[in-house]
Amino acid sequence: MSAAETTMANAQTPMVKAEAVSKSYGSNLVLRSISLEVKRGEVLCLVGPSGSGKSTFLRCINHLETVSAGRLSVDGELVGYRQHGDKIYELHPKDAAKQRRDIGMVFQRFNLFPHMTAVENVMLAPTLLKKGMSKAKLKARALELLARVGLAERSDYYPAQLSGGQQQRVAIARALAMEPKLMLFDEPTSALDPELVGEVLEVMKELAKSGMTMIVVTHEMGFAREVADTLVFMDGGVVVESGDPREVLSNPQHQRTRAFLSKVL
Amino acid sequence: MSDMQSRPAGTETPPAGTGNDTPPEAIKAIKLRHPWRMVLAVVLVVLAVLFIVDAAVNRPVYNWDEVGKYLFDTRVVEAAGYTLQLTVYSMVIAIILGIVLAVMRLSPNPVVKSVAWVYLWLFRGTPVYVQLVFWGLIGVIYKSIDIGIPGNEPWISIVTSDLLSYFALAIIGLALNEAAYMAEIVRAGLLAVDRGQEEAATALGLGWWHTMSRVILPQAMRVIIPPTGNEVISMLKTTSLVIAVPFTLELFTRTTDIAAKTYQPVPMLIVASIWYLAITSILMVGQYYLEKHYAKGIDQRPAPQKPTVETKAVAAVEAEMPPSDHHSGGGA
Repeated sequence: MSAAETTMANAQTPMVKAEAVSKSYGSNLVLRSISLEVKRGEVLCLVGPSGSGKSTFLRCINHLETVSAGRLSVDGELVGYRQHGDKIYELHPKDAAKQRRDIGMVFQRFNLFPHMTAVENVMLAPTLLKKGMSKAKLKARALELLARVGLAERSDYYPAQLSGGQQQRVAIARALAMEPKLMLFDEPTSALDPELVGEVLEVMKELAKSGMTMIVVTHEMGFAREVADTLVFMDGGVVVESGDPREVLSNPQHQRTRAFLSKVL
Repeated sequence: MSDMQSRPAGTETPPAGTGNDTPPEAIKAIKLRHPWRMVLAVVLVVLAVLFIVDAAVNRPVYNWDEVGKYLFDTRVVEAAGYTLQLTVYSMVIAIILGIVLAVMRLSPNPVVKSVAWVYLWLFRGTPVYVQLVFWGLIGVIYKSIDIGIPGNEPWISIVTSDLLSYFALAIIGLALNEAAYMAEIVRAGLLAVDRGQEEAATALGLGWWHTMSRVILPQAMRVIIPPTGNEVISMLKTTSLVIAVPFTLELFTRTTDIAAKTYQPVPMLIVASIWYLAITSILMVGQYYLEKHYAKGIDQRPAPQKPTVETKAVAAVEAEMPPSDHHSGGGA
């Protein structure tokens, strides 16, 4: 397996590669040997019942959770670990943080910083981590991102003054501020009132169109059908079925997939 | 605003349901009466007046002339200054040290964690008075502070009592004790911040320090400040114990010393109390403004939770056009 682990990133390397990834909390196995690949520019939707391990898998990709077995790499680099010969070393927190900068994440509960305005939320990471850029330029870029998610006029609002959909769009702009090569969405619309879901999905659709590589954990089957290149159905910590979303949604091969889809569609 | 529908005057409200654009009639209820509140207030005022008159006329031991004479006595004013300095310096040190200790206790590093735990155990487990006596004796226990390799001639040697005045020792004693309590207050504040905040900061690629200083601590401050205000006021009064060091120039000891000469303890107690109250009042004003500052973004009223025009603006962005039908709110 060591031969396969090259740190060189090139166009052929998949953006995300999971080989037999497992994760357990004590004796509780939540991910069992997940293997999948996400190519550059691909949009992958992860669906499945709650507790199926899809969010855990997503959190493993940017090392918010550690993988207990298998290999998980982003852009050819192991996540959270470093391989030298046959040995695997834990990554120093500083290097782990550096890896995360290239991966944007959007949470179910937005997790905006409530003591900062929308534009300050977007600016925070670049201000601290992109040295040598002037404050004015950083702000201009942040405003550009807010305009991209349709919130240029709300830049000076605090999160508490924004609706759920607006907050989530600010969160997307914030995640984009570090110019990530991969975006992770953890049920981005599940905490929203139904009438606010559309505006967030609209922004995500735009992002997908612009060529961003995205992994989306979602219950929005319409979105998956329309935007995803691949749909992965997980249950009980394993990938039950994956493939073209239209295919999987209209003609599921497995009983478990059928049972799940019959409840959500 | 002037072209809003005219509101009917209160007295001439038309019956409900006549016009579509008239607002419903306002409720004009007869206010609930609270006669007992009035009775209680009157009783209390009468008692207070009786007490004051009695204190002014029948109790010569209060000796209000003496109070007036010493209230702004140079020695007393100076002593109040020392008390204020002791409070401020020791609290500043205690807050900084408390934050450090709280962060240490929450650190993943077991060594650092244990150090913080032992510190808390020691400084919370012994009375502040005992600690102050210890600090006063430090010059006797450790006659000089030596820097060098143990067993050899020290490179630098300083006589402890030259380095540390009683004033400095009093501050150290108060601060180190208070830091243990502040650490627990700060820890509670840090734990009160939603875990999602740390996760969001981590996911952005912020390191531990940035996450703490920019995301967690500023939000924890809102929880930390009210009990800290309490601690400051408590500290103001604890300064009266520094006689244990012995530092004798603060308010309580100074007024007691004066009373020992005039044989009139009660007026001097009143003088000291007036000063303590005055300083406390000033500190409370400061606390109010601090609380207001850190409530930023929390007390904001939420705007209407409805989809806004911006929903459509996404479509405009799609066509690479700025939303032009609104004034751009982009500026600072």
